[in-house]
Amino acid sequence: MSVLTSDGGQFVPGDGPKVALLDAHTRHEIDGWIGRFPAGRQRSATLSALRFVQEQNQGFLTPDLMDAVAEYLRLPSIQVYEVATFYSMFETHPCGRHHVSVCTNISCWLNGGEDILAHCERKLGIKVGESTADGRIFLKKEEECLAACTGAPMMMVDHHFHEHLTPAKVDQILDELK
Amino acid sequence: MAAQPQDDLVNLEVDGKPVKARKGAMIIHATDAHGAYVPRFCYHDKLPVAANCRMCLVEVERAPKPLPACATPVSEGMKVFTKSPVAIGAQKATMEFLLINHPLDCPICDQGGECELQDLALGFGRDIARFNERKRVVKDKDLGPLVSTDMTRCIHCTRCVRFGQDIAGIPELGTTGRGEHMEIGTYVEKAVEHELSGNIIDLCPVGALNSKPFRYQGRSWEMTQSPLIAPHDGLGTNLFGHVLRGRLKRVVPRDNDAVNETWIADRERFSYEGLLADDRLTKPRLREGGVWREVDWETALGAAARGLAAAGPSTGLLAHPSLTLEELHLASRVARGLGSANLDHRLRQRDFRGDAHGASVPALGLPLEAVDALSGLLVIGSHLRAELPLLAHRVRKAAVRARAQVAFFDLAAREYRFPVAAQIVAAPADWMRGLVGLLSATAEVAGVPSGAAFSALTAGVTPSEADRAAARALCTGSNRAVWLGAMALRHPAYAELQALAAEIARLAGATLGTLAEGGNAVGAALAAVTPQGGDRPGLDALAMLRSPQRAYLLVGAIEPRHDLADPAAAEAAFAGAACVVAITPYASEELLRCAHVLLPMAAFAETSGTYVNLEGRWQSHPGAIAPPGEARPGWKVLRVLGNLLQLPGFDYESSEQVRDELRARLDAAAPSAAAAVLPTAVLPTTLPAGALDAVAQLPSAVLDVPMYAIDAILRRSPALQATTTARAGAEA
Repeated sequence: MSVLTSDGGQFVPGDGPKVALLDAHTRHEIDGWIGRFPAGRQRSATLSALRFVQEQNQGFLTPDLMDAVAEYLRLPSIQVYEVATFYSMFETHPCGRHHVSVCTNISCWLNGGEDILAHCERKLGIKVGESTADGRIFLKKEEECLAACTGAPMMMVDHHFHEHLTPAKVDQILDELK
Repeated sequence: MAAQPQDDLVNLEVDGKPVKARKGAMIIHATDAHGAYVPRFCYHDKLPVAANCRMCLVEVERAPKPLPACATPVSEGMKVFTKSPVAIGAQKATMEFLLINHPLDCPICDQGGECELQDLALGFGRDIARFNERKRVVKDKDLGPLVSTDMTRCIHCTRCVRFGQDIAGIPELGTTGRGEHMEIGTYVEKAVEHELSGNIIDLCPVGALNSKPFRYQGRSWEMTQSPLIAPHDGLGTNLFGHVLRGRLKRVVPRDNDAVNETWIADRERFSYEGLLADDRLTKPRLREGGVWREVDWETALGAAARGLAAAGPSTGLLAHPSLTLEELHLASRVARGLGSANLDHRLRQRDFRGDAHGASVPALGLPLEAVDALSGLLVIGSHLRAELPLLAHRVRKAAVRARAQVAFFDLAAREYRFPVAAQIVAAPADWMRGLVGLLSATAEVAGVPSGAAFSALTAGVTPSEADRAAARALCTGSNRAVWLGAMALRHPAYAELQALAAEIARLAGATLGTLAEGGNAVGAALAAVTPQGGDRPGLDALAMLRSPQRAYLLVGAIEPRHDLADPAAAEAAFAGAACVVAITPYASEELLRCAHVLLPMAAFAETSGTYVNLEGRWQSHPGAIAPPGEARPGWKVLRVLGNLLQLPGFDYESSEQVRDELRARLDAAAPSAAAAVLPTAVLPTTLPAGALDAVAQLPSAVLDVPMYAIDAILRRSPALQATTTARAGAEA
């Protein structure tokens, strides 16, 4: 099965042994991104492909999954490793499925961001950079400014912003994560 | 180079001096061409530009900031300042950044003394570091048995990454992480496997990638450097040997754009370890009554001369094709002086029927540099990457940069790291049929009927789609070539393969090349180490063993089990001979079983000599070290043997004199004798019955000799034998 590329060309995804690790939904999404670039430029879809693969795998990438992306996009594995290790939104070690990042940059800091982070650590019983034992929550890191200063203090949960945080609001948000 | 039209040049000023540069060239090309040195780490002449070390920042008039000279194209009226306060300031600031995380462990670093970072730090570094924080530490990577890593020393120039991607075609190294956490590596631990991978040792401007076998073996300033020529294949790769206290400590490339550019293959870099093998022969030995004893040269040579003189014309001479031209010439003279025409260097060849059509020199048929510009190529019976790694690199350049169409006809599917237009895989017993298919396809594509001699073969043959694809690839553009590789040469129906290949080449208007094995096969043919060189034809390498002679003279590192086409016949012939003399660097078990006299001989790098490469280029080197113990250069041993046999004209005083004599003789015979004589498309009469059945029984390693098993030195090199390639070859 080939994918129609943005210039009207074709790209035939690779079918190496690890491609089977990618589920149908993930492959469908990756195909959509391959189609946004001209033929032969499927490397440009690496970033998006990794996003969907991480989602499929509940929050982190494994070398096998990165190899699967490389095989599917017909790239050398190292080129996928390079992208996956460069961007901070990709996790290459096992971690919890919900990624929580609390902002501690200046506006949030002035409005109690550090207290929010400390509250999260106390409540979850983990330090920043760790995951809960049940694999539910990964307290990713102290985030730098995410450009939501008007709503400080804020945190990002799975790419969604939560603003004007209070300990009670944080409890509610974290408790709702399944 | 053709003269550049004036409008292709731009005028600029470098440090106040007006200069011209080619349009599109980078500033660094202009400054280098005019002697204005700009410091650099990531820029390399043979690699694509990365501009990530920032060391080459220069001031350009009207530019708001210093610009990287390696990535800024020249323009008309540009004014470049390489030594201005702005340029020097930028270079010094870059150096300070580079040194922040560099360990400065120069006293224990093998790169110390030949380190680009060390050299430039002297010119551009501060004497006191302002960075008082902790330096980072990076875990070392395991890249296999050839390359050692000290990744904390890495400055992220990415030359090794770009070498993998653009030269070798193995994108296995990369940069993972970013900023402080950036590392060069493979991410998932694995060895970098490529026959040219050792070149990253030379490319690395710091001590991050170094030679593993050379680790802690010597300091660069203690060693002396001698030019050498590589003996393992016919390319004639230029090398430097680095010598410390009489021992060859390492081998590095010597730039020669016409031959090896700036690269060498791993087997050239690491084979020197094989010189010090445990079974190295350092004293003459004589076997009497089944007992070996060490004797002096006089006794050994006397015994050898008596044995050979007694056998006279019934002497068989086998000379290794990696000997120097001088050794080959004298070996040829000794055999002919004995009245024997039984001499040969084609040790692994099985079919000599082509000899009936006259002597031919196995050559490439075109200059190596012309390979870069090939447009269509058909390679028959060669695993090119293993046989001639640097020729494969030139083919890769042609395929990638000039879009050459390359087709392979081989006994297994191989991985070539470039676009291959067609790859036909056939069992050796089907090769003749396969080439007939290719011949009809070529006739079809070229629109030229094949010669009358071939009509019986091609009648009723319909080429397959794969044949047509290969023929179309060959018939691309105007620079076409057909090459016969070492596997074709070892094939029992070589005469037919050669005739068919010659006909295919004729139809396609391609040059025919023969990729003979050994470092000096062309030289051996020129020195007439062949049965047809004399007044009457003698016995070839196989016939002289199958019809036993009274005496044999083996010259060079010949081990019958590995190096001869029919080891069983050799064993029987040697066992029945009255005298077997081996002039050899190694006293291998096999030789101890079959020989009567062992004369220790200098190996690669231990003797001066000349190699003639596949394009016919004569290259001499003076030798780097003295041979161990009482071993002597082969040409001296043969000279004394000639004297003892009372042959006339054996009073040479230097290897140059031997070479010049041969050169003069060749020039007198025919001015073009040094040039290749191409085989003609003459179809031999009949194939011996059962020859093709016999090849079907052969294990594939008999035709397809593994890359690190082709000669005795390589077989004794521990580092090369530890590579995945060698281990896979040993299992096959």
